[in-house]
Parts: sequence; structure tokens; C-alpha cells
Amino acid sequence: MRTSSAAGTAASTALSLLRVTDLRIGIRRRRGDDTVIVDDVSFDIAAGQRFGVVGESGSGKSLTLRAVADLLPKGVEVLSGSILYDGRELVGMPGAERRRLMGPEIAMIFQEPMTALNPVVRVGDQIAEGPRRHLGLSKRTAHSLAVEMMAKTGIPDPERRSRAYAHELSGGLRQRIMIAMAVSCSPRLLLCDEPTTALDVTVQHQVLRVLEDLCADTGTALAFVTHDLAVVNQTCTSMAVMYSGRIAESGSVVEVLSNPRHPYTRGLLDSAPDFDQPERQLIPIAGFPPSVTGRPVGCAFAPRCPFAVERCRTAVPPREEITPGHDTACFESERIFAGVPA
Amino acid sequence: MLHRLSFVPGRLLQSVPVAFGVTLLVFFLAHLLPGNAALALLGQRATPESVAALTEQLGLNKPLWEQYLLFLKQLGQGNLGTSLTYQSPVTGLVLGAIPVTLTLLAYALVLSLAISIPLSALASFRPGGGRDLGVRAFTLLGQGMPQFWVGIMLILLLAVGLRTFPVGGYGETAGEHLYFLFLPSLTLAIAMSPTIIRSLRSSMITVLESDYVGTAKSKGASGVSLLTGHVLRNAAIPTVSVIGVNLGYLVGGSLVIERVFALPGLGSLMINSIFTRDFPTVQGVTLFVALFVVVVGILTDVIYTILDPRVDLGRASSA
Ligand SMILES: Nc1ncnc2c1ncn2[C@@H]1O[C@H](COP(=O)(O)OP(=O)(O)O)[C@@H](O)[C@H]1O
Ligand code: SF4
Ligand SMILES: [Mg+2]
Repeated sequence: MRTSSAAGTAASTALSLLRVTDLRIGIRRRRGDDTVIVDDVSFDIAAGQRFGVVGESGSGKSLTLRAVADLLPKGVEVLSGSILYDGRELVGMPGAERRRLMGPEIAMIFQEPMTALNPVVRVGDQIAEGPRRHLGLSKRTAHSLAVEMMAKTGIPDPERRSRAYAHELSGGLRQRIMIAMAVSCSPRLLLCDEPTTALDVTVQHQVLRVLEDLCADTGTALAFVTHDLAVVNQTCTSMAVMYSGRIAESGSVVEVLSNPRHPYTRGLLDSAPDFDQPERQLIPIAGFPPSVTGRPVGCAFAPRCPFAVERCRTAVPPREEITPGHDTACFESERIFAGVPA
Repeated sequence: MLHRLSFVPGRLLQSVPVAFGVTLLVFFLAHLLPGNAALALLGQRATPESVAALTEQLGLNKPLWEQYLLFLKQLGQGNLGTSLTYQSPVTGLVLGAIPVTLTLLAYALVLSLAISIPLSALASFRPGGGRDLGVRAFTLLGQGMPQFWVGIMLILLLAVGLRTFPVGGYGETAGEHLYFLFLPSLTLAIAMSPTIIRSLRSSMITVLESDYVGTAKSKGASGVSLLTGHVLRNAAIPTVSVIGVNLGYLVGGSLVIERVFALPGLGSLMINSIFTRDFPTVQGVTLFVALFVVVVGILTDVIYTILDPRVDLGRASSA
């Protein structure tokens, strides 16, 4: 039916499932310049691939995902660029057509399962809603499917729990409900916006495992947003690092994390705890990310970058490929990482 | 569900002293009015002797507290006393008028919802947009116009002018009732909807921006399915209390509107009895209105509990 994730790697990179090109998201102004929040973001996700996006809070990760799902907050819109899903352009697609994709093709999981679940509808009915609409299932069949999906996400006693309301469940169970809801129509692309950030560490691991297993079963591709490098490391195969609305570095997870080529990625790694070397000293990145309206003219990282030179403050560094599939947006990358083998 | 409704019997019990308090208040307030029923019955030219005789016959010369105790005693036997002007049991008079007023109120509520829900939805999908401004103009207008004036205008326009609706009266059959009650109900609905719309509009805007509506959209819900499946019930929760409180005011409004449209309801009965100093009838109507307000309050909480599974009023009050 659908290509499995294992077989997909080589064949489907050419034909990506989601191709985002030069995406700009921001606030359109009637007078003066538009406020650009997400600036020229491009990435590809192949069928069955797991793609992670990391970056500090406010770097534009959520807006990027929401643009794909057509869930941008009021006032914020796609200013330019293209979002190709399975060869179809999503930017400017009529609303009705786009809604038909949401569920069976593209699904989304949010950070806060408590607020993302409708408080007055039983969770089983919320899971059954998508299958009823898109798969044309009867009320009873959709309910059985919902209970089945709940069992698959490891919810004990799913039949009884399906009649519960969100406030009657624990955070971990709620997020499993969200996952069951998102995968109930076997989507080909699952957008996850920090799905485990609100959970305890132990529950985090369990929920991630469930998510991975279900996606592997159905060959679903993941776009996984988080600020946690360890989570990307565990879950994804390729990744992008975002800073102030732009992609700083991208490539395979192994490449980027073991051989970073952007000072910001390096900074993130140095400031994150490492379970293999618990005694290593953590070095925080000095300063704060710029605000949306206060992004500097050149490289957005320049004010915090220990390697910044004159050019960094006047021009935006383009993304350049270092090795196939691994690219970075830094003028000084070669010089900085000269001693490090590529 | 049922255990969350366990607060109802307690609330019903609490309403008994409230109803008593109201009768007490009205009893003494009513007797502050100058003149009495004997004078009202016999007219201006009656001799003082005949007025005194009738006063004694009606028991109006007894001390007030004795009259009140008598009223309570009768009430205990399910008897509201005898109307001084109609010379028939008050219970019968009140029971005869109740259906008219209750139908009017229910009808007005249905019309209010029929006006408010679509207008609120229209306004909230694009706050600050043209439709929103239009709806807000309507609410301002609806609030600014006095009810009796709206009623008279509707009569002039639709009853006298276009002759599509009757000028007044109640009709004979159920179908006629709905037809005759349309204009008075509409009058009340126009007064009631602005309050509902303001509450519903703002809660719909909040709900539309909520995460769970995002989730619903991510499942492909939009338009009417989004509205009925995810927005309305959540937005209704705060509005239910607003409607509950305003139904009390609506009763007050209906008393006046019944006069304007010559409806044989509690309002007309009440006003006639006040003019004729027919205290037992005034008491009966008041008692019923007080009970009605109390019951509406309890019903509001019941609906609130049914709509919102997070609410547990029994637990909240005992904790
Ligand atoms: N509704 C909104 N209106 C205006 N600006 C917004 C809105 N939502 C987000 N932003 C801006 O966009 C930036 C990126 O937001 P977001 O994508 O949520 O970041 P992230 O998910 O990486 O934390 C934020 O810094 C915020 O200033
Ligand atoms: S371009 Fe310049 S400022 Fe930006 S990261 Fe590279 S060295 Fe630092
Ligand atoms: Mg975010």
C-alpha cells in the first residue's frame, strides 16, 4: 500500500512528501514593511522520514508547522514561498480542499494535550470524529476503531477510558489520546509540535516510543518540532536547526549532532546536558535571541556569535552545502571548523 | 452524570424559605398602598357605611399579621384564598393565566436563541469585520429601545400596517396561540437578544481561538460541523448563566408586554389586581413568579452541569 520507511530512504528523497521552499511567514502590513517572522525556510521530508526541527523558544518552529496545517494564528499569514504536499501546492489552496487533506493525509499533535482536547466531548468521540468524516465509518465502527487506536497507544482499559473527558485523565494518557486521534486515519505526514514537552521525563520516553512505533507501522512521515536535542536524537533521522525564523543548519541527525557546522548548533550542544558525559561543563550561549521586530540586518546570530566578523553584520549568510545533504548558513563555517574533519 | 445533579433536592428545599420571604415582603408592601378592595369594588360614590360593611365582610379589618397567618394557613391547604374582585379561587385564576405567560416566555426564549446564535456566529468568525460591526449595531439598538415602544412599533407596522399579525389577544387553538403570541414574543426577544449576543459572541471568539478548535480543524472540521461539534457547546457554558439571570428580568418585561398586547396572562392579572387592591390575587401571582425565578435558577445550574462535565456543584458547595 504505502512505501515502508526502510525502503523509502534512497528512492523517495527525489520525490519528497513535503517540500517547503523559501517559506516566509509574518504579519502583512497595509503600510510599510511586512513583519517577517519565519524567513526563507526550506526543507524536504520524504515519505516515512522523521524530520526534527530544533531551536530556542520563539524561533518560529510552531508557526512553520502551523503553516503546513493551515492553522496559523489570526493575523499571521504565509507571505510568500511554497508548501508542496505530495506534489500539490498548499499555499493558496481553497479551504475546503485543504480540510479534506487534514486527517487522512496530514495530522497534527500539539504541545498541550489538556488544551488541545475539547473539554466537553468524550475523548473516544474526539478520536472517532476524523474516521467518521474521512473514512465514512458508522458511529459504532468509528467507536471501535477509536478504542482500538487507544489500545495501540498503550492506554489501559480503553473501552472505559473512551468515555472519559480530558480532565479525568493524566497528562501522559491525554497525549496518548492525541496520538491515537492523529494516527486514526493513518496520515502520511504527522506534524508534532513539542508533543512531549509538557510531560515528565519518564512519561516522555514512553510517549515517544508509542509515537515512533505507530509511525513505523503505517509508514507515516514525522515533522517533529522540539527545543530538546536529546529528543531529536532519539526520534529523528534528519533535522534542521532554526534560529530567529531561519534555518541555521540542516542534515542527518548523526551528521549535525556529531559534526556541527554552525556556531549556533555548537552552542546548543555545549549548553545541553549530555547523558554520556555527565561531568562535562555546560556552557550557555551568552545573550538572548532577537525579537521578531528586532532581528539584526545580517546574520541573526551575529550579536551572540563569538566568531562574528564585519561581513556577518551586513549580509545574511546563505545556506551552503558542506557535504551532500548537510548544509549550514554561516560565512565563517570553514574557518571555524577547519580543524574538525568534515 | 446523575451524581453531579445531586445538588438539586437541596436547592429545592432552600427555595421554600425564599418563597416565604417573598410572600411576606409582598404582603406588607401591598398593604402600604392607600385604599382597599372594598373601596375599589364599590367605587367612588359608595357611602362610608357600605364600605365599612364590605371591609368587615372581606375580613380586611382584621390586624395585618392575622390576615397573613390566615393566608399561610390556607396556603398550607393548597389554597391561595378567594379573589376579592372576581369572587373565585385565586388558584384557578393563577393556573388559568400561567400557560399564557409560560408560553410567552418560552416562545421569547426560542426566538432569542434563533436570533442570537446565528448573529453571534456571524460576528465572531471575523471580529472587527463588517458583519461584526453590523451585529454590534443591532445589539446597541436592541438595548436602547424600551420594550413597550418596540411592542407598539411592531403592532403599528406588522399588525395595523401590514395586517400580517393580530393586534392582540391569545387565540383559541395551539396553532393560534403561536400566531397570536409571535409579536409579543418577538418584542421580548429583541430586548433579550443583545445580552445573549454579547455573551455568546465574546465566548465564541475565545473558543474559536482555542487549541481544541485548532485540533478540530486538524481533523478536517470546518464551517457548520466545527460550529456544532466544537464551538457552540463550549461557548454556551458561560451564556447559560447569563440567560438564567435575564429570564428573571424577562418575567418583569412580560408583565408590561402582556398589557400592550392584551394577553390574559399573569402580567395582566397582576396589574388588574393591584389596581383593585385584590391582595389575595397579587399574593398568588407573586408567589408563582418567585417560584418560577427559583426554578429557573436551579434549571440553569442543571443545564450548566449537563453542558460542562468539569462542573460538580454538589462537591463545590460541600467542600
Ligand atoms: N499570533 C501571533 N501574533 C504575532 N506574533 C506571533 C504570533 N504567534 C507567534 N508570534 C511570533 O512568532 C515568533 C515565533 O513563534 P513560534 O513559531 O511559536 O516559536 P516557537 O514555536 O519556535 O517557540 C514568536 O517569537 C512570536 O513573537
Ligand atoms: S555568519 Fe557570522 S555571525 Fe553568523 S554564525 Fe557565522 S560567524 Fe557567526
Ligand atoms: Mg512553539
